[in-house]
Amino acid sequence: MNGLLAILLKELAHIRRQPSTLVFAFIVPMLQLTIFGYAIRTTIDDIRTVVYDLDGRQAGRELVDALVNSRKFTVVARVHDQGAFERALASGRAKVGVKIPPNYTEQLLRGQQATVQVLINGSDSQVATTALNSAALLGLNQSLRRGLSAAERVQVAAAREPSGRIALPIQVQARLLYNPDLKSAHFFVPGLVGIIMQLVTLFLTSFAVVRERELGTLEQLFVTPVGRAALLLGKLIPYALIGFIETVLVLAVVVFVFGVPVRGDLVLLLALSLLFLLTALGLGLLVSTLAATQLQAIQFAFLVMMPSILLSGFVFPREAMPTPIYLISFAIPVTYFLEILRGIILRSASLADLLPHVAGLATCCGLILTLSVLRFRKQLG
Amino acid sequence: MTPADTAANVIEADRLTRRFGELVAVREVSFAVPRAAIFGFLGPNGSGKSTLIRMLCGVLRPSGGRGVVLGRDVAQQAEAIKQRIGYMSQRFSLYADLSVAENLDFYGRIYGLRGPRLNARKNELAELVGIRPLTRQLAGTLSGGWKQRLALACALIHEPDVLFLDEPTAGIDPVARRELWDLLFGLAGRGVTLFVTTHYMDEAERCTHVAYLHLGRLVIWGRPADLKQLQTVTPPGTRRLEIRCPQPPAVLARLRTLAGVQDATLFGEALHVLVNEDLPDETLVRAAGLAPPGIELRPIAPTLEDVFVTLSRRETCRTVA
Repeated sequence: MNGLLAILLKELAHIRRQPSTLVFAFIVPMLQLTIFGYAIRTTIDDIRTVVYDLDGRQAGRELVDALVNSRKFTVVARVHDQGAFERALASGRAKVGVKIPPNYTEQLLRGQQATVQVLINGSDSQVATTALNSAALLGLNQSLRRGLSAAERVQVAAAREPSGRIALPIQVQARLLYNPDLKSAHFFVPGLVGIIMQLVTLFLTSFAVVRERELGTLEQLFVTPVGRAALLLGKLIPYALIGFIETVLVLAVVVFVFGVPVRGDLVLLLALSLLFLLTALGLGLLVSTLAATQLQAIQFAFLVMMPSILLSGFVFPREAMPTPIYLISFAIPVTYFLEILRGIILRSASLADLLPHVAGLATCCGLILTLSVLRFRKQLG
Repeated sequence: MTPADTAANVIEADRLTRRFGELVAVREVSFAVPRAAIFGFLGPNGSGKSTLIRMLCGVLRPSGGRGVVLGRDVAQQAEAIKQRIGYMSQRFSLYADLSVAENLDFYGRIYGLRGPRLNARKNELAELVGIRPLTRQLAGTLSGGWKQRLALACALIHEPDVLFLDEPTAGIDPVARRELWDLLFGLAGRGVTLFVTTHYMDEAERCTHVAYLHLGRLVIWGRPADLKQLQTVTPPGTRRLEIRCPQPPAVLARLRTLAGVQDATLFGEALHVLVNEDLPDETLVRAAGLAPPGIELRPIAPTLEDVFVTLSRRETCRTVA
């Protein structure tokens, strides 16, 4: 532990001389969290819709009202000829076009099948899927409503309520647990905590070491009898401390700005955050043993961040990934930490519930730290 | 006292070699540095000086051969060596965003100095290198000469037995250079062994021992006086002369074509020539197209530059052959 105190004091002096480190460590993550937390939404509402109503009577109007009431669609234009209808879609002003045929009301009154044409811009697959499902559901509901009122007049029915009114034979009673309002923030914000923690610690630690390598001060340190452990701990402890304070701050933003309550054990959450922090520090150290310059460190750090963001289940559900990619996601530490964060914050999961993820994270942590400490030598070349 | 303290040689290299892939940066270099010597290592850029110093300081593993510093093997006992050596690298490698005092504090603490002991040592060194008035200044804002003094002070904080200096005077002004050398002489006077690389020939003349590295090979090493006596530098049957005359460059061209002239070089306002002993002064003067008044001829000993130039030419010839 030769010289640990010396290195610690020196790192603190660097931070004091360069307060921008603290801005990067504390202020930037909170801003990022706030901005991303508000910006990232997966529930899609108010899809811009153009209506070409050739019917123009009661039934047609009812259909358009039902469309608007679903909140999935908002009518941006009503057109009166085929050309305008097509242009509205081609220009991108509307993403969905609804065309009601001229004899819509008559056909319904006569008991014939009426066809409503719904054209959907498929370029944005998420919007298109939502529009497709919502439109189909709307059609089904409208049909059922009409079907039920017709069935009232028949003697034999598939099912009836106790009061004798006709009912659907099967009623699905679905209840949303943990996030009943389906707020995207509840799903994304806890995940964002993990991503931001890794981003900040990875950059801070890899820079702290690579900067010294670049300036030649690391070589100067190698010539002193300072121990390898002291050198490593002295460099890492200040950033571990910063990382931990940052975690607490970011969690405060989660609770107080986004109103996502931490349902589970806060102590367990902080303890497991510490384990993840250690892993992120290890990653930073690993990057610093690979990079000779700060520019290279940035490149390596991005190389680490990319899969962490895209493959960890932060943005895209891992269940939907092709098998090889799904297997890769097990090698990414954030994957486990996201499960832990969402588990504790949203579902009040206990340590026993999270055991597989904790084991996975601990394994990653052990491997990364061992590898980076082994690679970090008090020697050049 | 460990055996190392009584050994005559503080540094010993025995066929020390370092390869970087295909490139052999240092090839089978052997020499010995006695206690309190000022050992000057010369050689052009890229000749392997820094690589050699890094191996001796224990931060670069030798690919072959053996290096011993203070009785300890550089490959096996590097950490023990580091306790007792100081190192000043080629470029400024202190913390620019820390003050002079903070840099000294840092290195003092690294070597385990604490409290009053650290303060006393810090003051002593600030006094020695004369940096006391600037202790609160940030290291990054010092001029080149002051940076080197601070680096020297940091390298000396633990009173090392051996001080390695990699081109300590590169890029600093002549006054600072002279003052730094005065400091180094003072240290050698106190028994510190100095290992200095440089490519200034005049600095080589100040050393007690010199070595010349060329393309990773050690061309020669020894005391300057001994090197100047070498027969290969001034072969039997030849003599060295200094010629002072008007317009030496024009004369140089004529001399080089003259039979019996082995070598001729411009040296400031004079010419240094190596001629066959049987070539009389008069012939030389006449052949050079000079008239006797206003010209001076005197026999001289070779300078270190002569020694290194002659020997590295032979070395290059041998390598090419």
